[in-house]
Amino acid sequence: MRWTNIDREEKHGLPEPDRLLLWKDLLLELRRRESLLAMFFFGALLLFIFHFALDVRPEKAADMAPGLLWLAVVFCGTLGLMQLFQAERENRCLEALLLSPIDRAVIFVSKVFFNLILMVMLEIVIFPLFWVLFNLTAWDRLPMIFLYGLLGTVGFCVVGTLFSALTLGARGREILLPLLLLPMLIPVVLATIRGIEIVLQAGDFSEALPWLHLLIGFDVIFSTAGILVFEWIVEP
Amino acid sequence: MTEIEQKRRPGKILGVLALLSVAAGLYFALIKAPPDAYQGEVQRIMYIHIPSILTAYLSFFIVFVGSCLYLWKRERRDDILAYAAAEIGVLFTALTIVEGSIWGKPTWGVWWTWDARLTLTALLLMIFVGYLMLRSLIEDPERAAVSGAVLGIIGFLDIPLIHMSVYWWRTLHQPPSILRPDKAPWDNVHPSMLIALAINFIAFLLLYFYLLSLRIRVGETEERIRTKTLEGAA
Repeated sequence: MRWTNIDREEKHGLPEPDRLLLWKDLLLELRRRESLLAMFFFGALLLFIFHFALDVRPEKAADMAPGLLWLAVVFCGTLGLMQLFQAERENRCLEALLLSPIDRAVIFVSKVFFNLILMVMLEIVIFPLFWVLFNLTAWDRLPMIFLYGLLGTVGFCVVGTLFSALTLGARGREILLPLLLLPMLIPVVLATIRGIEIVLQAGDFSEALPWLHLLIGFDVIFSTAGILVFEWIVEP
Repeated sequence: MTEIEQKRRPGKILGVLALLSVAAGLYFALIKAPPDAYQGEVQRIMYIHIPSILTAYLSFFIVFVGSCLYLWKRERRDDILAYAAAEIGVLFTALTIVEGSIWGKPTWGVWWTWDARLTLTALLLMIFVGYLMLRSLIEDPERAAVSGAVLGIIGFLDIPLIHMSVYWWRTLHQPPSILRPDKAPWDNVHPSMLIALAINFIAFLLLYFYLLSLRIRVGETEERIRTKTLEGAA
């Protein structure tokens, strides 16, 4: 059984309740494949539309790449966020989860990790696809850009998960969520795009250090704030 | 005098004071103060531009304080205060942007430019318009209050980060000409300009607190209607 597998791994990584909740989400996603497939297709679609709209020529592609790439990630991510608490909304599962004797922060942390895993899987597909479709040649810089993008992804997931929960009780949630989220994510969007730009051009992190610090600061501040306030957001 | 009329009295006095000081502010800004040496008459917008943005900042700080207090003590009045301050803060931020645009066209030659402070102000407006939307779209008042409080805190925490990011991104705004590190304010600005600015700032504060008191009374009335309806239903 899967449960016993999890028990054996107790020594390292996430605490057990987090791991159980994360596993539940991953298993659901594995069986339904709703969010990830939609995100993949939407991402590919966006890359096509960007290309049509801007008619990107190969010599200009490298200048436009950071912005377009990160926009695609943010829009796909927002799409994923709308589904993030779907399983909890059905059959009042959220109430049941809140009744269980675990810290509310655990629910938040496991959701952030789940969201992060989805986003990373999306990026693993979208980044190389972007390189192919836009005829970028700097393949050697891709891993570094991926690593840098990961910091931005963490910030996106933390605030995104928080706002996804925040809008659970609201009418017209699908419209409200991006409206609230995007202005709040401006530091992440700017820092990630400028940073990717620098890494793509210069090939190393040294010039991007201020942006890197800003991203780390954002991630730390909002992870802490998220863990502290999540309890209030979901209280019945 | 009924109880409600008694409650309204301080608000009315504040309203009269606000009206008088706004009139005085207009007189000093439009007539008493000399036109700017370089910018001419259009510079007079500054007398309301600076007070409106400072009042808006004050307002968002009040949202933050009210939100923290509400999450901590769960008193309805803290939430009513935060909601009221957010609404008026949005109003003053929007005013600031409009005034700035009118000033920017003759001075910079454009209605809008992607300068750090302009961008920050526009983003502030978006965040707090989002706050108002969130509150109006959640039907359960308790939930709306808690969600609003969380958003008020998160939004406030985000302001320094947004500020830093857009500042690094670009800066073109008129550098501060009154609070400069190298000179005392009265050395490079005509004293009557400073007086006009100070009077307008006081006027905007009075106007702000008058509007806030009105909005808080609306919130309290809504609250009373809600509890009465609940009692009636029970």
